Amino acid sequence: MADFAAQVAQHVPRLRRYALALTGDRYRADDLVQDTLERGWSKFHLWRAGSDLRAWLFTIMHNTFVNQLRQGSLRDSGVPLDEQGLEVPVRAAQEDALEIRDLEAALARLPAEYREVVLLVGLENLRYEETAQVLGIPVGTVMSRLSRGREQLRRLMAGGASPSPKLVK
Amino acid sequence: MTAINDKDLHSLVDGELDPAHAARVEAYLASDPAAAERVAAYRRQNDALHALFDPALEEPLPPGLLTKPESRWPLLRHAAVIAWLAVGGVAGWSMRGAVEMTAPQPVTLARQAAVAHAVYVPEVRHPVEVGADQEQHLVAWLSKRLDAEVKAPSLAESGYGLVGGRLLPAADGPAAQFMYQDGKGRRLTLYVRRGAEGNQETAFRFAQESGVGVFYWVEGPLGYALSGDLEKSELLRIANIVFHQLNP
Repeated sequence: MADFAAQVAQHVPRLRRYALALTGDRYRADDLVQDTLERGWSKFHLWRAGSDLRAWLFTIMHNTFVNQLRQGSLRDSGVPLDEQGLEVPVRAAQEDALEIRDLEAALARLPAEYREVVLLVGLENLRYEETAQVLGIPVGTVMSRLSRGREQLRRLMAGGASPSPKLVK
Repeated sequence: MTAINDKDLHSLVDGELDPAHAARVEAYLASDPAAAERVAAYRRQNDALHALFDPALEEPLPPGLLTKPESRWPLLRHAAVIAWLAVGGVAGWSMRGAVEMTAPQPVTLARQAAVAHAVYVPEVRHPVEVGADQEQHLVAWLSKRLDAEVKAPSLAESGYGLVGGRLLPAADGPAAQFMYQDGKGRRLTLYVRRGAEGNQETAFRFAQESGVGVFYWVEGPLGYALSGDLEKSELLRIANIVFHQLNP
């Protein structure tokens, strides 16, 4: 158990980073991490030694996050861009300036299921297979959410001017 | 050459392609500026995500977040509630006179201290009511409420700093709890209340309540209980320090 705790501890900074990106709020992030760890402690007998602890913890965090959304203790403000129509706050498309604060705001506007995929892949560097496993969805769904999420971010940040993703060639 | 699709672009960004496949996609991008721009935008997104959130990796953890599971007792919080219910149940039962010969289980000092310990020690954001930064106010307030001179001993030499304290309801009046924490996030609590069991001895007694070790003793009008998830010998050593500071 002590060994398990030490191993879990190594992953806590990354769980916090992901939780912060996911919730956009420091307190909610720490609540999410705390709930995740408590579930982890109570389920550690289910963890098979030698299997990927990081993926296991991210899975617990995903389930905790979904529960919190469901219970309304976390609100998901994201809306798929298609449903936002052209109401996207259009600011003058700025050449190549990818402003970090804009990304934070754009991220908050993503639906939670897109945000999770964009963050697990782009921030946490999970492989597509691992992301699918953590979220309990097929790899094909990971790909389509990733594609939509990234494209929505790109359009939000560029002022919504770009065409929707299409198959090239 | 097979067609390059949306999945290829993401896979390139995320390093999911083998080198030959990656080279093919890179070559294709030279001929498709729009696709190249998308790849560049996705890469900038990833860079920006790291720039925005990587600082979180370096931030100090909130106290208690990383406490070892042995001392977090997520389950004990439920146990604590059950303990309260059991106490109430026993008391209610005896009041009906159904078990006249059996005195109701007293709500012992040790049990109350252990329950209070289990309830508040896992708290991350609200472990105490008044923080150690207002120690003077805390001590004055608790002394007033308990109508006795209450002190918060210093356990710095044992590596424990005062987190703060709170006022609690005991069986028949107020009680106080001081919380201490060491560098590893382990927590101790000192529970103080009046009129404990009419026991005038000052000898240390030890109880194990739901996994929490408790040393308790009575001194004058007050009963004290030091609770923690430590080796019994270590807890006793600290209990001695507390006792001597309270009785110089």
